[in-house]
Amino acid sequence: MTALTRWIRRNLAVIAGLGTLAYLILPNVVVLVFSFNKPNGRFNYEWQRFSTEAWTDPCGVADLCGSLSLSLKIAVWATIGATLLGTMIAFALARYRFRARSSVNSLIFLPMAMPEVVMAASLATLFLNMGVDFGFWTILIAHIMFCLSFVVTAVKARVMSMDPRLEQAAQDLYASPAQTFVRVTLPIAAPGIAAGALLSFALSFDDFIITNFNAGSTVTFPMFVWGSAQRGTPVQINVIGTAMFAVAVLCVLAGQLAGARRKRS
Amino acid sequence: MTREARALERAGTERGEGSATATPDAPPDAAGPAPEPVQKPPLFRTAVRKRLVPYWLLLPGILWLLIFFAAPLVYQASTSVQTGSLEEGFKVTWHFQTYWDALSEYYPQFLRSVLYAATATVMCLVLGYPLAYLIAFRAGRWRNLVMILVIAPFFTSFLIRTLAWKTILSDSGPVVGALNSLHILDVTSYLGITEGQRVLATPLAVVCGLTYNFLPFMILPLYTSLERIDPRLHEAAGDLYARPVTTFRKVTFPLSMPGVVAGTLLTFIPATGDYINAELLGSADQKMVGNVIQSQFLRVLDYPTAAALSFILMAAILTMVTVYIRKSGTEDLV
Repeated sequence: MTALTRWIRRNLAVIAGLGTLAYLILPNVVVLVFSFNKPNGRFNYEWQRFSTEAWTDPCGVADLCGSLSLSLKIAVWATIGATLLGTMIAFALARYRFRARSSVNSLIFLPMAMPEVVMAASLATLFLNMGVDFGFWTILIAHIMFCLSFVVTAVKARVMSMDPRLEQAAQDLYASPAQTFVRVTLPIAAPGIAAGALLSFALSFDDFIITNFNAGSTVTFPMFVWGSAQRGTPVQINVIGTAMFAVAVLCVLAGQLAGARRKRS
Repeated sequence: MTREARALERAGTERGEGSATATPDAPPDAAGPAPEPVQKPPLFRTAVRKRLVPYWLLLPGILWLLIFFAAPLVYQASTSVQTGSLEEGFKVTWHFQTYWDALSEYYPQFLRSVLYAATATVMCLVLGYPLAYLIAFRAGRWRNLVMILVIAPFFTSFLIRTLAWKTILSDSGPVVGALNSLHILDVTSYLGITEGQRVLATPLAVVCGLTYNFLPFMILPLYTSLERIDPRLHEAAGDLYARPVTTFRKVTFPLSMPGVVAGTLLTFIPATGDYINAELLGSADQKMVGNVIQSQFLRVLDYPTAAALSFILMAAILTMVTVYIRKSGTEDLV
């Protein structure tokens, strides 16, 4: 056995893992590269020549930035709604023993285990028969509905792993229940709540299937992208995609740095 | 129950108040009306209020789920046995024939969905396991960076990334060129997963897209369960002269089973209902059941058929998942 094959055998897991990582990142790289493309026709699938046009004029396509800001608005409200409702449920489940506990647990679990298209079609059927106008509100209601379970799961995990003696200590030191909650419980639960909120935002912002059924003629950003796959994809879509990736990486990095600094001090 | 609540309850019973009225389901006014309005033990009232706290916390969120998740499913069930037309309106006629018609007409799409989703799940496991293993045991100080690179694509619009696969797999692109010159496409065409000299608009492209889109859902649970494994177990296996492959087969993999089960479920369930990959990367020959539901609901406007199809899909998935969880013997994973 040569040294090379031995090295490969020893690091097989690392090599395969890096290969998978490349598979995961490849589309992002392609999106980045093609944001500098100047396509000949309506579709941006083949490399023609370098241009920064799309970057200097990201809103140059009709409806693109409108759909983007609508998606942002929906994602923010869905995050607020789902995080609020979900955190309350998570505290109830993690802290209290009550009769309906297991049925509540399954009600939380089911939306995550249901194919999206089934939820989407059912909810749309309900709205349709109730004569509700499809649009902003129906999208928001649907998004809060499917984000809720993810928030509950994230927050519950955090609250469950929390040491109850910390709260008892606070109460022994004559903190009122409200003070204990704000000064002790909430800060400890915060990473879980933040994770839930972040997940809700990403899920809501990116959701296509449920939005497709419940949006009517309202166009969110994913729906704009979907439509453009048929009509012709403007380069600006790649610009937005790249910018989203960069913002996400920066946010996560900033969070990591903040966490590392807190750990050191 | 919190310590304080327990203490309060004890205080309540000592005052001669029966705890029978203080059942968790008691409505708020169960504490009153007190027989004598003169003395209402304040401690007892706090105790009852405390017991109602979880219900107040649950109320808004659970109502939301009941109204916008559970009720629609019931409504969908009634829609699936309706007949009628868009102009005349739909009526419940207990027309179960819709189920049979839907199944006999669209069973190829059903089978295809299960087949594609299962293949993508296996592919995700094969591709995701090494990466999860790398993050859990081998990444060292690069762990956070690798983790970011796994999660960050989540935050870029996945429709954009799926469209990027159109570029990667395009007929004149380097991937197809390389596969072609290595004569791999001849083999895959022979196997029926590609057609001619192209990858786009073939089963391979759809499965590739599904694998890609659901890979993070496999990696994260795998990583969570791998991370819990004590590395000393690996050392112990090594000390007992187990070869790395044996260590993996007898120690690592069995201990990561909860992650494998959770990951396969998180991948398989959404992949079966997906219609985006089949629509963007496939052709009419790769339509999955999600595509049929979507077009029945949004284009043909045949709501009973769409409802029946969703119910069959849901039932099929629930059955498969239940059998799978039983077989894998990890019922407590959720």
